[in-house]
Amino acid sequence: MTVLSSGEFWAFVGVMAGIYTLFTLGLQIQFGLAGLLNFGQVAFMAVGAYTMAILVVKQGWSMWLAAPLGVAAAALAGLLVGLPALRLRGDYFAIVTIAFSEIVRWVATNEDGLTGGSQGTINLRGEGVAAQYNSQWERFQGWLGEQLGIRSKDVVMLLVVWSVALLLTWLAGRLARTPWGRVLRGIREDEDAVSSLGKPVFRYRLQALVLGAALAGLAGLFYAWQFSFFSPDDFQPLITFFGWMILILGGVGRMWAVPVGALLFGFLFAATRFFDFPPFSYLDSADRAYVRLLVIGLLIIGLVLVRPQGLLGRRQEMVLE
Amino acid sequence: MFWQLLANGFVTGSVYAIAAIGVSLLYGLLRLVNFAHGDLMAFGAFVSYLANVTFGLPMVLSLPAGMAATAALALVSDLALWRPLRLRRAGFMSLFLASIGVALVLRQMILLLWGPQPRAYDVDPFKVYVIGDVRLSLAQVATILVASAAIVAIALFLARSTTGRVMRAMADDQALAQLSGIDVNRVILLTWVLAGLTAGLAGTLAALVQGSFDPNFGFQLLLPVFAAVVLGGIGSAYGALAGGLALGVATELSTWEGLAGGVEPAYKPVVAFGVLIVALLVRPQGLFGRARIV
Repeated sequence: MTVLSSGEFWAFVGVMAGIYTLFTLGLQIQFGLAGLLNFGQVAFMAVGAYTMAILVVKQGWSMWLAAPLGVAAAALAGLLVGLPALRLRGDYFAIVTIAFSEIVRWVATNEDGLTGGSQGTINLRGEGVAAQYNSQWERFQGWLGEQLGIRSKDVVMLLVVWSVALLLTWLAGRLARTPWGRVLRGIREDEDAVSSLGKPVFRYRLQALVLGAALAGLAGLFYAWQFSFFSPDDFQPLITFFGWMILILGGVGRMWAVPVGALLFGFLFAATRFFDFPPFSYLDSADRAYVRLLVIGLLIIGLVLVRPQGLLGRRQEMVLE
Repeated sequence: MFWQLLANGFVTGSVYAIAAIGVSLLYGLLRLVNFAHGDLMAFGAFVSYLANVTFGLPMVLSLPAGMAATAALALVSDLALWRPLRLRRAGFMSLFLASIGVALVLRQMILLLWGPQPRAYDVDPFKVYVIGDVRLSLAQVATILVASAAIVAIALFLARSTTGRVMRAMADDQALAQLSGIDVNRVILLTWVLAGLTAGLAGTLAALVQGSFDPNFGFQLLLPVFAAVVLGGIGSAYGALAGGLALGVATELSTWEGLAGGVEPAYKPVVAFGVLIVALLVRPQGLFGRARIV
């Protein structure tokens, strides 16, 4: 039980929940407001993280300049996907986005010259030279820790991630109540009705997609800073579905449900680590890892059966008619 | 080289096509995007492995064993999970999330039972058939024969048998089918059986062709299978067959040198999705889908 009492471990769980909050906030805007089934959110996260890392390592740019460009690149990717794909029906759009996310991962794996290939960002300068994009961020973390009198870097990261995540959740909540948000909700409910009022449905949807993609790009930046190294394997499609799980755990349509769902998911994921009582104690560590994911799978199924709307969601959102 | 790639493409494509049938019918009937279908395929492959390697049965018997076990599992999943969810009028997102849960549970169960190491069936990997310029392994020849027979059988079943017609009718318009006095629950159960049988078949054939397979291999097949379903038009059973074959052949042929040098083999999966995106932009309803927006 030593890990349980370790502040470092819980800070890590908290940081991951914060990153997932940003990631899922994008999905909430896309699906909760606009009804878009984006199953490729992880691609925008990858684009954000890689753009920042490549600009810092290969172009020698300041991280403070490369970071906003990473977010911008993710938004641009959203625009490029959306322009053709948003003309499709909802379920087809979903498959195109997941296809896009796999294409991004394959390109990142195979274009060694651009991304460092399957070995990840450590390989960005080519074989034999360990590349680093993180020094400026670590200096900033150290400086901020000194100002606040906090020694643990993990706690500083926790504060930074959650300040950004909560600020953006609040902004997204405000955004949902603007006329823009109301039009999006209208499109979600009845596209033809909104269209007949003369609203450019396609443009509204594109804006929601781009905004959500930018949030995923931001999540990618924090992910990159947290681990100071990443590879294409970090952007498996499963990550997108973790995001969807959080969205539905928390509740569709309410911005504040996202951080709640992300925390719940984070602690659920972490808590299954502590299955060290019988019968789990008879299993070796590899098998215990499988049991963890199995239990998470069962919990998801149970949740869908018992409370399909999530913790804070409205039941009508998840039930037919 | 061209004919070799075409033959390879037909092998991969027929596996996609068989798996895509199940995905497409389940979507048509239940509005279920079955995220667990890849792991269902892996389950079939591993039961065949159990019969073939652990019990020493020939593949001719192991394959039906894998198919039957997968069908039984699919049937149980409907009774235990999908039917209760239908009764609760669960929406599209709930069903989708539940299928992610099933996928996780299935894959971890396979990992617990068989471990993560790669496995291979007890077949002769060095036996090769040469037809003209084309060299095919025993596994590829067996896959072509079994898959062609299966595709013809499935197509005939859907076209001619009453059950097959009813399935297509329900995929097309559920309310209308129900009004005509069709026993919906029975047809859904039969669809799960068909989906299970085809998933077990496709999984075992895919494992056979690959040579070695691990518990994650089903999930890697899932995305091309989804792509095949969409390419053919979601919910259209014939479309899924055609989409799977087209996708397999297009993917393999993309590496052909006669095609402006061809793409690098590492990019084959990208080609599959590229084909899908281009096809959708030209024909948004899929190859066989009806033109409708909603």
